[in-house]
Amino acid sequence: MGMTMTQKILAAHAGLDKVEAGQLIEANLDLVLGNDITSPVAIKEMSKMKVDGVFDKDKIALVPDHFVPNKDIKSAEHCKCVREFAYRNQITNYFEVGQMGIEHALLPEKGLTVAGDVIIGADSHTCTYGALGAFSTGVGSTDMAAGMATGKAWFKVPGAIKFNLVGKPNKYISGKDVILHIIGMIGVDGALYKSMEFVGEGIKNLSMDDRFTIANMAIEAGGKNGIFPVDEKAIAYMEEHSTKKYTVYEADEDAVYDEEYTIDLSTLKSTVAFPHLPENTHTIDEIDPELKIDQVVIGSCTNGRIDDLRCAAEILKGRKVAKGMRLIVIPATQAIYLQAMEEGLLKIFIEAGGVVSTPTCGPCLGGYMGILAENERCVSTTNRNFVGRMGHVTSEIYLASPAVAAASAITGHISDPAKL
Amino acid sequence: MENAIGTVFRYGDNVDTDVIIPARYLNSSDPAELATHCMEDIDTEFVKKVKKGDIIVADKNFGCGSSREHAPIAIKAAGVSCVIAETFARIFYRNAINIGLPIIECPEAVKNIEAGDTVEVNFDTGMIYNRTKGTEYKGQAFPPFMQKIIAAQGLVNYINQK
Repeated sequence: MGMTMTQKILAAHAGLDKVEAGQLIEANLDLVLGNDITSPVAIKEMSKMKVDGVFDKDKIALVPDHFVPNKDIKSAEHCKCVREFAYRNQITNYFEVGQMGIEHALLPEKGLTVAGDVIIGADSHTCTYGALGAFSTGVGSTDMAAGMATGKAWFKVPGAIKFNLVGKPNKYISGKDVILHIIGMIGVDGALYKSMEFVGEGIKNLSMDDRFTIANMAIEAGGKNGIFPVDEKAIAYMEEHSTKKYTVYEADEDAVYDEEYTIDLSTLKSTVAFPHLPENTHTIDEIDPELKIDQVVIGSCTNGRIDDLRCAAEILKGRKVAKGMRLIVIPATQAIYLQAMEEGLLKIFIEAGGVVSTPTCGPCLGGYMGILAENERCVSTTNRNFVGRMGHVTSEIYLASPAVAAASAITGHISDPAKL
Repeated sequence: MENAIGTVFRYGDNVDTDVIIPARYLNSSDPAELATHCMEDIDTEFVKKVKKGDIIVADKNFGCGSSREHAPIAIKAAGVSCVIAETFARIFYRNAINIGLPIIECPEAVKNIEAGDTVEVNFDTGMIYNRTKGTEYKGQAFPPFMQKIIAAQGLVNYINQK
């Protein structure tokens, strides 16, 4: 019985020739990540451990991004706690305001995540780095503390679901539509405790930014991780961004999968997840064209990358947002922000009537920078539409691609970018 | 480990960590403060009614969404002695073990427990007793490795003991 790609990476990091689903292992970590919400709790827990300091100052990344730039005094205190810990322990990869970005866009861009790595992060969207062929998964603060102290974490080896992607997506169909389609199909616990392994000739038609978006939302199907094979595009990305050595793992031909699905990318339509679960998906042609939208957010660790901004700008160019519409665009990192500025994208957003924010998770988790009032509706390129996620408990979030978000900002209703 | 016994608060599928503890309160990491907002976006009565020892019972995928450890911390600090669910989301499952909040998976028990029932859980045997209805169910016991972490009252103590 062979191993999946995920199982091979875990076996190698546990010093074992072979692992199987359900086995409990202890694996060596290549990177441990935390943000301004989860790190203070981890730092407190680590102080209770009988250790001198961190296991490796180069293998920890601290990225204040959720409530940064500090939204209030309490947030400022949390950031101060993280900053002081980073200085005290001489953490190489601490990213201050000015260098920071949304963690899951920032770390690949900085070359800290490469194929074959085992990465834990005290943030559920840590699964993003599977796009590069790494095993990466979200954990809590105590796991982060133990990881920082020991360089190890315990895992139950996951079984896997195979998603065979074939064909080429049509214009305006992006990674977001692919992953929303999958979550709609298998449900928010459809991949519970499992890895989601994406394979197939269709992958070559997906950009790295599409793949980051897909792997990012594996958690919204309950997945432990999402992972892609390492092809020329992934290698080119790593060579451009990283000096770290990467290792390419491939699933065995006789690897065992609990379920297999084939998805023809050429048949996918723009897909929107209605409140209050990412599995409540509808294709664009079945949505009430009269549903009024108050706000559009384009950003987050899911869809705040340069491809996302280019796509939104192409649609918004020379157009104006609807009367009363609030369009909030949040480039995910400083480098993306600068790139968007140099390409003239920010000018397009501002001339269309939108605002452009410094990188922050902000509204995605109802932190700040775009909180919704009672009964308001938002089309958002973020990842969760739970009750109260972006503000008032009666507000509503519709998850969509940057293309649908941009089109909806123009019309004030959920709209098909292909029909503008 | 001592048995948990208490009155049941009953919830449905996919109780996410955003409703367990909304992000607007995550500028604090103080357990007592977090507990005062526990569950408020789906049940404003919870914090008013919950007593030390009470039990949360939910259907599938309890604790889905964000990795915030503040969610099991808030539940534990509110006085809850155990969460019983059909299934747990995996990060919540890890976090609960790591901070020492007892949890147990048992689809059969979940189907037959209603809000307000008095329920007792024996963690050594995995047995769940509905004292109101006089029924009993066998829950999914933890593997030995996790029992060691729970017995040490969390991952920090477990690592210190190693």
